[in-house]
Parts: sequence; structure tokens; C-alpha cells
Amino acid sequence: MTKLPKWADLALVPIISLVLAALCAALVLLAIGQDPLAALAVMVNGALGSASGWGYTLYYATSFIFTGLAVTVAFHGGLFNIGGEGQALLGGLGVALACLFIPWPHWSLALIGAAVLGMAFGGAWAAVPAYLQAKRGSHIVITTIMFNYIAAALMVYLLVDFLRPPGSMDPASARFAAELSLPKFHDMPFLQDFLLKYDPEGAVKLTKDGLPQYQRVPANITFFIALACAYLVWLLMWHTRLGYEIRAFGKQEKAANYAGISSFKITMTAMMISGALSGLMAINNVMGQSERLLQNSAEGAGFIGIAVALMGRNHPVGVILAAVLFGFLYQGGAALGMNTTIPVELRTVLQGLVILFTGALNMMVAQMLGWFFRPRAQTRKGGA
Amino acid sequence: MADPAFAIELKGISKAFGPVQANKDINIAVPKGTIHGIIGENGAGKSTLMSILYGFYKADAGEIFINGRLTAIPDSQAAIRAGIGMVFQHFKLVQNFTVLENIILGAEDGPLLNTSLAKARKALADLSREYELDVDPDALVEDLSVGHQQRVEILKALYRQADILILDEPTGVLTPAEADHLFRILRGLKEQGKTVIIITHKLREIMEATDNVSVMRRGTMVGHVSTDETSPEALAEMMVGRKVLLHVDKGDAHAGETVLKVEDLRVRDDARVERLKGVSFELRAGEILGIAGVAGNGQSELLAALGGIQRATGKVTLKGADLPLSGAGANGRARRDAGIGHIPEDRQTLGLIMDFTAWENIAFGYHNEPKYQKNALVMDNAAIRADTEAKMATFDVRPPIPTLPAKSFSGGNQQKIVVAREMESDPDVLLIGQPTRGVDIGAIEFIHKQIIALRDAGKAILLVSVELDEIMSLSDRIAVMFDGRLMGFRDPASTNERELGLLMAGITGEAA
Repeated sequence: MTKLPKWADLALVPIISLVLAALCAALVLLAIGQDPLAALAVMVNGALGSASGWGYTLYYATSFIFTGLAVTVAFHGGLFNIGGEGQALLGGLGVALACLFIPWPHWSLALIGAAVLGMAFGGAWAAVPAYLQAKRGSHIVITTIMFNYIAAALMVYLLVDFLRPPGSMDPASARFAAELSLPKFHDMPFLQDFLLKYDPEGAVKLTKDGLPQYQRVPANITFFIALACAYLVWLLMWHTRLGYEIRAFGKQEKAANYAGISSFKITMTAMMISGALSGLMAINNVMGQSERLLQNSAEGAGFIGIAVALMGRNHPVGVILAAVLFGFLYQGGAALGMNTTIPVELRTVLQGLVILFTGALNMMVAQMLGWFFRPRAQTRKGGA
Repeated sequence: MADPAFAIELKGISKAFGPVQANKDINIAVPKGTIHGIIGENGAGKSTLMSILYGFYKADAGEIFINGRLTAIPDSQAAIRAGIGMVFQHFKLVQNFTVLENIILGAEDGPLLNTSLAKARKALADLSREYELDVDPDALVEDLSVGHQQRVEILKALYRQADILILDEPTGVLTPAEADHLFRILRGLKEQGKTVIIITHKLREIMEATDNVSVMRRGTMVGHVSTDETSPEALAEMMVGRKVLLHVDKGDAHAGETVLKVEDLRVRDDARVERLKGVSFELRAGEILGIAGVAGNGQSELLAALGGIQRATGKVTLKGADLPLSGAGANGRARRDAGIGHIPEDRQTLGLIMDFTAWENIAFGYHNEPKYQKNALVMDNAAIRADTEAKMATFDVRPPIPTLPAKSFSGGNQQKIVVAREMESDPDVLLIGQPTRGVDIGAIEFIHKQIIALRDAGKAILLVSVELDEIMSLSDRIAVMFDGRLMGFRDPASTNERELGLLMAGITGEAA
């Protein structure tokens, strides 16, 4: 196979894969009697056409950046962490405990405390499968999947038997104190101006509870924490000894052993960093949006993280871009469900197609492109 | 029309893989009933050429004549029909089948095996008698020695009525005695009118076994000579394109005091089989101790145990201090800190991370060194790159581009990266495994000089190699390893290949 130029490999292959996924989705829509172009318009408008649309898209993207980075760190260490979902659930528990039981004087301190506890819980949840792999040889893919189920069951148990406020029928915790509410995009001076300019109607139209529409935006300050984490992951992987050792171990375990890199240490640290990043996601969804702990707080973001890391080629910049794309699909898919007769489940189909083409069929696209990039001389058969 | 006196005649064969021209307008004629050598460095295009002849690749241009007839060879079945048999470097035998079953594999006459087996048994008896190819037809292949497995491969080809036998690097895994036996077999085949082609990079084999030799260099055929009229030096010069020193120039060793003392070193593998059965020796400063032996007799375990990669028992002292052989203190990093450098046998799985760049590999194992750190947290990648550039210049690594991944370098240059890293770290003891395996002649010469220079700088060097020539020309003392034990020490000045060869086969003159 011809080696592609770097720009084609990094930009062209994912874009063409996306277009192919979109074409396939169009066929699906045609098959159920819908107009694909109209559906695309609804999606774009729903996800990017208004301040609140952007707000939701970036809110989802924030979660996906955290879980995508989590998968990335583990993947560089040769570890396939499927347990992001469970680690994010446990992170939610940590965040909720921090917000419910500690009287914070200010939201910023609460955010730090919640982040620390969320990371600790997520990291600890990942540490058990890591230990089992490093010491007992239990395969991490299997154990992390199992730990997702255990986490889900544990959350039900804790929410129903301990955290549910008396008299409530919801398997959910009490609401966090109002002072702990995190600043949303529309609370930040610069972004507020931008949102109003971008979507003047959003300031006029009111929602059911009497607030201007642009203020119903869940995207919050944690988006910037996610970006900072992406930078830190980049620094960790390519500029620190630990990152170097993780990558060496992930590429060639035997060689890492020759260099004196401990497989136990790397398996444990890479998985705990991964789990901590998944757990940190909870400051976005639990503290930033729902402001209480719900039963299924992670809502599949842990699994989306796998696709995000895959599509982002396990690089923080790619992860951010892929996370925004999946945020768009999530919010756009919701808009489809709300504004058309297309069922909201179609977004699952869309995600599936995107994962299929950008992840699994990636090589096929690269190969087809390789044909175009073949040196001219070679296409002439048997020259002399 | 080609001359039918030639068993094989190739005219204008060309083959490209992407931008790489593996074979460029190759012409070669092999007279019937001769042993013909094809020699060239790694990557010269020998294997590609033979793969074209055996139908694995299709040539971009050119013609193949077998016994004077233009023949198309689209696949290996066609090659077999044309009377070509191939013995690969890595044998293609089913380990848990008997010799007989392996021989009929793919050449069964029908759905029921008994008739084929009976036929093969008879044919095998004839062949064995004729060519000194005795193997037990009912033995399981996994119980056979490497030399015998190779004979099975030859029998397989002969059973398929091969008139032309191609052997790819046939002596890579053989002891000198086994190699001599192989050459006798090949001469026997020649006397029966068969044509034999040997592909190799070893000059000794060419001189010993062939009638004619063709030399390849970088995808082209640089010349054909009759073996009687050439010399190893002349062949080496043709292979490399310049004069090469085949014999290492070295002065006398000035051995100092004992640096490394190994007593009763034992290693068990994962299956609890003892691989190293009590090895003891002393290594002095300023000397090279060569460990000879056929691959798989415990040399790898010896290097791994001393390099901190594998748990062992026994006692090892470095400059009077005990080295931990198991537990947390026995790891590659601790060994480097103690002053033991290690050029591993297998650079592609141990010595280098193939996907890492050259500069990342220069820091490999030494990535905790203070000189590579910017501060407590962040590595100084720029400093590593600068250091890499300097090392690449000193060790003549080509191309000298630190940002290129290791896998993009040729075998010789990959090895130079490892050698540069381990030698420049200034160790007291350097463990060296197969320093020139898969390395071209030019780089071999360079690496050998570096090893001698390090010895002259007063370092203690343990050299493990399966190349007897290498051991004989570099070592100041030689120990032969067989079945996990050292078979005694020899002085390279007073020993010879025959004596070492016997020791390598486990035969010792003195009663133990």
C-alpha cells in the first residue's frame, strides 16, 4: 500500500470517511421515507443554529473530551479501557458526595473539591481491573466491561438506599446547594456578548420557565477544564518520562522490560490516569448540568469516548475535534427527534455509521486514497 | 532461444515495490549440474529474485527460461511443476507431523493417505541411500534437530521431483559440522545431475561449496565469477562496492582486574525448564570474552539474566558488589545504573521501539538520566535530539535524521543506533548479543572496530554470537555454550573451528 502524505492521512481520510458515513445515513433515511437533505438541515440548525444549540453541542463535547482523553491515555499504554462508563458513574458519585456533604464557601472551591473526589473515585474504579491485569493476568477488556455493570448496580443501590431524599420517588440524590451552581457560558461576560450577537432571537424568545432561551445553555466552565486536560495529556504523553514509558510499554512490552520499565507500575498508573479522566467528566454532567446525582448520569459518554479516541487518532487535538463532532451528532439527533417524525434513536444509527466508517473502515478509505497518491511512474505497467 | 545447457536463465528481470527498485534488469545463467551461489548483503535483492523464480512475486519485466524453455511462473505450483524446489530459511514444516506426513503434505495422491505414505516411504528410502540424507521417516518433526529438519525440507523438494534446488541462507542455524554435512549432501545432489542454488551472505560458504557465484548489490547484478578464480576479499569488495577489511585488526588485550564474576548462574523459563544450568566465569577489564554456540543453548538466557530482564539464581558480583538476580532490584534500569550496558540479541523486539523515532530510541533505557531532563517534570526533548545528532555523526548512522522512526532505517543502521546508545553511556561491562545479525558488511566492519576500541578503553565485554568467525576474530578468550552449560574456555590463538564445532555439539575431549 502506498504511504499517504501526512496531511492526507490526518485530514482527508477522516473527512472522506465522514462523507461516506453521511451517504450511508442518507440511504437509511430514504429507506424510511424521509428527505435526507431536510434532515441534515434540521440537524445543523438544531445543533449549531442557535445559542442554545451550540450550548448543548459543546456541553456534550465536554463530556466526550474527558472520556476520549481517558481512552487515549490507556490506549497509548496498550490498554483498552472499555470501562469509561463505570468510571464516569463512580466519578459522579465522588462529585455528588463532595457537593452534598461538604459546606463549600464558594463554587470555585467546590469545583476543585468535586474534581479531586471525582478523579479519585474514577481512578480507584479503574485501579481494580488494572491490578487484576498486572498481577493476575485477567484481561482488562473483560474486567472493565464487568466493572461497568457493577458500577451501574452500585449506583442504583446507593441512590435508592442512601442518597435518595426521604419521600422522593426518584432514584436520584438531593439537589446540590444553589451557590454551587457552575458558571454557564451565558454567565461569562465575553461569551454572553458573543452568544447574543450570534443568536439575537435567543435573547427575546422565552422558555417555559420564563428565562430567555440563550440562558438555557448547559455548556459551562468545565469545557475549559476539558481543554486544559487535553493540553495536560499532550504534555504528559510526549514531554514527560511517565508518558514516554507509557508509550514505550504500549508499543513493545518486551522492549520496555529491557529498558527497566516496570509493567506493573505502567499498567496501574496509565489505567488510574485514564479512570481519573473519566471520573472528572462528572464535574460537567453532574455538577455543571443536572446538579444532583441521577441514576444513569454518564448516559453512555464513556462508550462514546472510545469512538472519539479512535476517530481522534489518540491525539488530544483529534480528540477535541472528534468530541465536537459527536456533540453535534448528539444534539443534532435530539433536534431530529423533537422537530421531525424521525425517531430520536436514529442518532444511535448515525453514531454507529460514523464509528464504522471512521474507525473500522478507516483503512479501506486510506487504501482507496493510496491509489490516487501512487507515484505516476508505477501506474504505467511494465514500463520498459 | 536460450541455451538448454542452462538449468535456469533469467533475462532482464525487474521488480519494484513502490519507489524501491528491488531488482533491476537482472541477468543470470546457472549451468546444469552445478552449485551456484548468489551472494549479497541484506536488502540486495537476493530473496526477491528467488521469490520471483518460485512464483511468490510477479516480475515487472523480464523472462525466465528453465532448461532453455521460456516458462511463466505465476505461482509456486507452477514452479514445482517446472522442477524447482525451495528450502526456506525458516522451515515450513508441521511440527507435530511425522517426517513422512510432512513429505507428502500437499502431494497426496488421493483422499486416503495409506497409498501415498507407502509410496513416500519407499521413495524416501531410495533418496536417503542415494544422498546421505538419513532421517527416520516416522520421527516427529518437533523431535528432530535443526539440521535434520532441513534435510526433511530437502527431501520434500526431491520427492516432488525437483531438479533445481534453491536454498535460502541454509547454514544460518547449523553448527559447523552440520553445515559440512549439508555441503556433502549438496555435492551428492550435484553428482546426480541436480542443480543447486545457494543464497547467502556468508563468504565462507560460497568459497567452500559453490562452483560459480553471482554477486548482487542494491538490486543489481554486479558480476558473475567462477569460485576458483576469486577470493573472499574480492567478493566482499564486489558486494559492498569498496574495499572491506574482513579480518579485524586488533592489538593484544591488556586485561586488568576482574570486573564481573558469575558463579553458578541458573535460569528457568516460564515452563520451569532449566535453560541455564550453572554457569560460572570471570570477566576482566579490557578483555572480550566470546561465548560461542548454536542458537538456543542458553546464550539468550545468560544475557537476559545479566541484563536484569530475567530472574535467575546464583551469584553475580560487579566490582565486588552483589547484583540482585530476582526481585525488584533486578531490572534493566538498575543494571544500567550499576554500569552494565546491554546490546540485546534482538534489536527489533528488545533494543528498539520500532515505531519510536531515532531520538526517542537514543534515550530508551536512559530516559531517566538527568542530562535528558528540562526540570523535575518535563523531559528535554531538544537535548535528546541534539545528543542523537551527535551520536549519529560519531557512529555514522544513515540517514542522520533523528526524527525518522527506527523502522525506517536499514538493519545495519538500526543496530548502529543501539550500539551508539549503549557504548556512549560508558558502561563498565557491555553485554553484546549477535552484534552483526542482519547487518551489512560495511556496518559489520564498523561495529567490530567499535567493540575493539571499547575493549582498548579498558571495558569488560561479554560477546555472544552464533557466528563462529566473529567470535574467533574478536574474542580474547572463547567459551563454548552447550545445553545451558559452558563447555570450557579456549584461547582463540590455539583453537580452531573444528575443536569449537565439536564443543558446540556437546562433544568434549576431556572427560568431565
